[in-house]
Amino acid sequence: MALSNDQIKHRLTEKFGDQITNVEEPYGMLTFEAPKEINLKVLQFLFDDEELKFRFLTDLAAVHYPAYKGKELAVVYHLHNLIDNCRIRFKVFTDISKPDVFSAVNIFLAANWLEREAYDFYGVNFVGHPNLIRIQNVDEMDYFPQRKEFPLEDQTRIDKDDEMFGRGGSFDFGNRQEDGSPRQISEADKDQTWQ
Amino acid sequence: MARPVSYNIKEKPLEKDISVVEMPEGYQGEGFFASKLSDVVGLARKNSIWPLPFATSCCGIEFMATMASHYDLARFGSERVGFSPRQCDLLMVMGTIAKKMAPVLRQVYLQMAEPRWVIAVGACACSGGIFDTYSVLQGIDQVVPVDVYVPGCPPRPEAILDGFIKIQDLVGKEELRRRNSEHYKKLLESYGIQ
Repeated sequence: MALSNDQIKHRLTEKFGDQITNVEEPYGMLTFEAPKEINLKVLQFLFDDEELKFRFLTDLAAVHYPAYKGKELAVVYHLHNLIDNCRIRFKVFTDISKPDVFSAVNIFLAANWLEREAYDFYGVNFVGHPNLIRIQNVDEMDYFPQRKEFPLEDQTRIDKDDEMFGRGGSFDFGNRQEDGSPRQISEADKDQTWQ
Repeated sequence: MARPVSYNIKEKPLEKDISVVEMPEGYQGEGFFASKLSDVVGLARKNSIWPLPFATSCCGIEFMATMASHYDLARFGSERVGFSPRQCDLLMVMGTIAKKMAPVLRQVYLQMAEPRWVIAVGACACSGGIFDTYSVLQGIDQVVPVDVYVPGCPPRPEAILDGFIKIQDLVGKEELRRRNSEHYKKLLESYGIQ
């Protein structure tokens, strides 16, 4: 008997009540949120329960939402039930000034390296992780690259032309008139789209 | 369906069955041949380069095609590719080198014995390529001195062979004392290599 999203929702609200919020089903995959203090309780419940049996952690990712003040960093767990072939997504949010989340290594061994990656790129501090150090970036890096405030490009390059890459510069791509004054589009041509 | 091939379609007759490298210039007589030592040594070295393929990503696949029978690299003398830097002359860096990999590449370069050459194959090895990011080294010439750059993403096997032929030119024309010269020492010092 396949596990349906309604069954999962029912079991979760039975156990945790209104701590489970934001229940949605984008593309048919049940997604819910819980406060970060109970994240291990929820994961353990999903693991142990004989009807739910979500025993495979597919992915653990972090997301940075600079617009949600007080809840900037999200940790997203993707869980999979191998027996009934059912997937769910579970999110916890945490403040960026104190990004502590309990580590899931005791429940899922896969969380070890996945949490290291989330720490490396977003700075989420997993409490209880045995070896929380950088995994993919250089060890000496002192910032968390995937946070939205940091640029993608390598900052040591001096030869990349801002204009040609669409960053600032002028809108005429350097095509100036002979005396150096910028080219203007006349009022008549302003709305024309050149084919 | 495929377009008909429009180039290289005329069968070219072989000039001779076995092609042999030309002799360097020299003065010869009955039973002797006098030439410059650097020419002879260069001739021997350039036609028996042992490359070390430091193949990291897609350019490594193109290198595999270059080593295969269609674009054979072995006909240029590098039948034996080695994976030990202690035994190789030419470090072929093919592929994206991340900043985390840079000290490893440097260590491999340091383990090579003189004379050694480096060829940077592909856009990522030459300059970081399409990956202008915080994690990719923007060109291996930030950590090792490079002799020949082969641009392309990935370069065709013919382009890799062209780069290899340029390396052969460099090897053939190198003067014997270059590795002990002041100029070379300064170059290595600028990379922090003693």
